[in-house]
Amino acid sequence: MADTDQSVRPRRAGVPVSRRVLPGFGLSLGVTLFFISLVLLLPISGLVIHTAGMGWEQFWFVVTDPRVVASFKVTVLAALAASLFNCVFGLLMAWVLVRYEFPGKRLLDAIMDLPFALPTAVAGITLATLFAESGWYGRVLAEFGIEVAYTPLGIVVAMAFTSVPFVVRTVQPVLEELPPEDEEAAVSLGASDWTVFRRILFPVLWPALVTGGGLSFARSLGEYGAVVFIAGNSPYVSEVISLMIFVRLEEYDFAAASAIASVVMGVSLLLLLAINVWQGRYLKRLHGGRG
Amino acid sequence: MSAKHHRVGDGPVIRRILIGLAVVLTALFLFMPLVVIFTQALAQGWAGYIGNILDEYTLHAIGLTLFVALLTVPLNTVFGVFLAWLVTRFSFPGRRLLATLIDIPFAVSPVVAGLLYLLLYGSNGWAGQWLGQYDVELMFAWPGIVMVTVFVTCPFVARELIPLMQQQGRDEEEAAVVLGASGWQLFRRVTLPNIRWALLYGVILTNARAVGEFGAVSVVSGSIRGETNTLPLHVELLYQDYNIVGAFTAASLLAGIALITLAVKTIVEWRQSRSEEF
Repeated sequence: MADTDQSVRPRRAGVPVSRRVLPGFGLSLGVTLFFISLVLLLPISGLVIHTAGMGWEQFWFVVTDPRVVASFKVTVLAALAASLFNCVFGLLMAWVLVRYEFPGKRLLDAIMDLPFALPTAVAGITLATLFAESGWYGRVLAEFGIEVAYTPLGIVVAMAFTSVPFVVRTVQPVLEELPPEDEEAAVSLGASDWTVFRRILFPVLWPALVTGGGLSFARSLGEYGAVVFIAGNSPYVSEVISLMIFVRLEEYDFAAASAIASVVMGVSLLLLLAINVWQGRYLKRLHGGRG
Repeated sequence: MSAKHHRVGDGPVIRRILIGLAVVLTALFLFMPLVVIFTQALAQGWAGYIGNILDEYTLHAIGLTLFVALLTVPLNTVFGVFLAWLVTRFSFPGRRLLATLIDIPFAVSPVVAGLLYLLLYGSNGWAGQWLGQYDVELMFAWPGIVMVTVFVTCPFVARELIPLMQQQGRDEEEAAVVLGASGWQLFRRVTLPNIRWALLYGVILTNARAVGEFGAVSVVSGSIRGETNTLPLHVELLYQDYNIVGAFTAASLLAGIALITLAVKTIVEWRQSRSEEF
């Protein structure tokens, strides 16, 4: 083999063609680019062009409509509450699934992914039924004067349900790979569990927690199917932003729908980018530059 | 201090509290909804359940949903394999950008996804107007439903394959090429056996999302009963008609698919951890 030295370090990243031993570069690049352009980029550019064509004043008028602003607020606050809940719940679940052995553990692990597998509309009608005044949970909560269904609290419940797996599944692998030495040393020196958790474990876990919470937040911002059934959808109080887009569409106000949608999409894409950059950084730190 | 108490949370009391809390919360938050779906669906007994499934419109919704999945899943499987092959087997400028682009459908609200297609292919969109000259209507008909479903579910296969293929590396495949394997032989004999379990899970997950998509589909479908009503849209329709048992009957079919998906995932993970041990 003539060019065995091709793997020698000081080569730049701009790879020479000869290094491509494996076949199919052209074909897979072609298929992928064609697919991504047709399915993702073309429709997205359509929205951008459509929104750009409407002019700044009209755009601002539509986006700052009081009902729209109210729905932005409701959505962001509910998504924040839902992802905070999931940070706590997800950390607990990841901890229990990694650290302990007990009967039924595999089942518990499997059911964590239910919210990803269950269609959102099904989740929506189910949660609405559970938390309605006559429902199993609604009846109990009503005795304490707590109303969930058809209030903003219902939105939080639906968002939290649909994004449960994010934190669990990002924290779990980090906990699994955690080297035990520091922790064992601290425990054997007599530090309390809480101190060790706070001083040694949490500093390693929190980047994963932030990533999982961020993903959960991003997902919650766009959630529609699970939310509409339990939210009550009264203007200014319990309308989420996805529903707002839908409402404008049903009024045949395409300009308003696309203006709101472009704001939502811009925010989602920025979040996605931020999470990706953040994840790349902390993974690098975690693996000491290896990853 | 006992010799066993090595790590945080190993104490018997804290251990029991945490496990108990985790089990109770999961039972209340994740398990109970499943119980609700099936008890509501069976509220009129098995005969009523079967009767609700055999309803003309429910059967049509099941048929349409399966048809959409049948078109979407193979398409996204082929795309996912090509994308995973591309980003894990070659290094080229823009590789990371591609891997990020594919996450867009995860980040975009399903309603926005539906709107994207409606703006482009609807009667006001430029592609829609152009197609309209040839009397081709994609929106408010099954092609539109298929298109948005492809959009929403396109990352799943690639997402399952990329980490695995990255971890496996390209040594085996390069060896096969040196030994004279053709591209197709290489994929069928070397790559496919290595990735088949992750691929299977990716396909099952794509299927679960394809049959269950609601937000994007409801924007482009028009929800015409007996025509463009998929199973999730049918769930909504029945629920709004106050036909609660009917709605949960349709929902139970979707929940069944979700449970199969979870079972496959568990089996796949078990197979993978076993193959790592040996």
